[in-house]
Amino acid sequence: MRSDRLNRSPLGLKIAAAAGLAFMHVPILLIFLYAFTTEEKSYQFPPPGLTTQWFAVAWNRPDVWAALTLSVKVASIATAVALVLGTLCAAAVSQTRFFGRETISLLVILPIALPGIITGIALRSAFSMAEIPFSFWTIVLGHATFCIVVVYNNAVARFRRISGSLIEASMDLGADGFQTFRYIILPNIGTALLAGGMLAFALSFDEVIVTTFTAGQQSTLPIWMLEELIRPRQRPVTNVVAMIVVLVTFLPILGAYYLTRDGDQIAGGGK
Amino acid sequence: MTAVVEHITIPDRRGPAGRLSDFFWKHPHVLLTVMLAPPLLWLGVVYIGSLFALLLQSFFSIDDFSGLINYEFTFATYRQLLSETNLDIILRTVSMAAIVTLASALIAFPIAYYAARYAQGKWKVLFYLGIMLPLWSSYLVKIYAWKLILAKEGIVTWFLAKVHLQWLLDAWLSLPVVGGNSLSVSYTGTFIVFVYVWLPFMILPIQAALERVPGNLIEASSDLGGTPAQTFRHVLFPLALPGIVAGSIFTFSLTLGDYIIPQIIGSSRLFIGQAVYAQQGTAGNIPLAAAFTVVPIVIMGAYLYMAKRMGAFDAL
Repeated sequence: MRSDRLNRSPLGLKIAAAAGLAFMHVPILLIFLYAFTTEEKSYQFPPPGLTTQWFAVAWNRPDVWAALTLSVKVASIATAVALVLGTLCAAAVSQTRFFGRETISLLVILPIALPGIITGIALRSAFSMAEIPFSFWTIVLGHATFCIVVVYNNAVARFRRISGSLIEASMDLGADGFQTFRYIILPNIGTALLAGGMLAFALSFDEVIVTTFTAGQQSTLPIWMLEELIRPRQRPVTNVVAMIVVLVTFLPILGAYYLTRDGDQIAGGGK
Repeated sequence: MTAVVEHITIPDRRGPAGRLSDFFWKHPHVLLTVMLAPPLLWLGVVYIGSLFALLLQSFFSIDDFSGLINYEFTFATYRQLLSETNLDIILRTVSMAAIVTLASALIAFPIAYYAARYAQGKWKVLFYLGIMLPLWSSYLVKIYAWKLILAKEGIVTWFLAKVHLQWLLDAWLSLPVVGGNSLSVSYTGTFIVFVYVWLPFMILPIQAALERVPGNLIEASSDLGGTPAQTFRHVLFPLALPGIVAGSIFTFSLTLGDYIIPQIIGSSRLFIGQAVYAQQGTAGNIPLAAAFTVVPIVIMGAYLYMAKRMGAFDAL
């Protein structure tokens, strides 16, 4: 039991923590404001006027739609691949003990622990050495590689909480391995997989560094944004797209949080 | 003996799925192999294979006249890496990574401490989402937001003009190294954006470390007459240190490898990431690009080794 005096935080700490949180959120809030500005040529603050016309302009842009569609497709397939591979890895690591278990955890984490540029350039030079042309599938391959880790982290945390006796009981009652997987393991890890899948989707949807190396002529939404950042041509449209990207990535994060909040592992902590 | 019992009481399953299930039950190693083969093929062969192929290329060199890669084992590319301009790039990147790490730790600590010790119930959720949402929101959008903020006509200039501190910004921008035409083309801008983008990666491990510090340890320290400063210095900080080191792994490694932030917000002087990008792209010098990527790998290898000895991995 804490005493009352110690339960109250010092004022200085309160201010520092609040200022820190404000530092983290004000820039994102500004994105929302700029999506409505009437100013086209500069980043003037405060905005001279507010308008919703840029939403219509952005809506009618085929290049934005093409980039968005490609991003969603890549993220969906990369997530599906990561779900299968990540779950297999997590099941193998947590259900059995074998030589080299630690190495496998390291291997899974490596694509995200190394700077993205190394993963990107390594894959790029491997593709060109193997004479694989850059395509939709090379983007997916790169994304799935670093998405495995988020699925793996979520699944491993959940596997740890399933007690082994539950599986043994199922086997004792005559279920075969597939039935046990279908009726016992899957319902137990379902929400963790969903959360991991959502985070993997968000990660892939947002990825730019590896993508610049593994994409040919196609542009995903982040690549489209990057081009606008380097050579701004359509500031108002970029503002609107930025706001939409923020909203689209927030939903999976909130979803993943509500799915795993009772667990001991923080979803997304291992980005 | 167990095998005998199994055969008497439970008949073998029928159907292909049942037989397969029995087979896996009797040969758990086969099951393990089947489960591990796909991820290991993907990560162990495709990914690690590409990494090694890349590292191998750093021992080749490029022919100055034809621009083609000369596939002979040589250290020439590494000698080129150690030229003055390239060492400059490496030094610039490493010092930036160091101060970014330091600043992130300073800003992150109060947030992590408050979230770990004082936030409860609704506030705990608020802090959790307050850290998680910026962590996961789009990297490019975050950079874009700072482009809006740091632009000459942006909010920083506007705010400083309102409070009549414009001269302070002008004075800062006229300084030799950290200054520039505006914040968005200066090292100061690059530094702020790096700190902003990597901050959540520092908060989470510190918070995890602080959450393991029992509250009565702090009470004991103050019961024994420790002032808050002494408690922090002798109790809290040493216990949080593994978390800070764990967070610094992220901030350091991410800064070393990034090439987009200094390209969009910063001066024209290169960082390691930009050098790699330029060498493999426009210059077509894959061997030198590969040699450049060895720098962050070596630095991070040494860093991880030290961090491991300090027990930082328990805080991850």
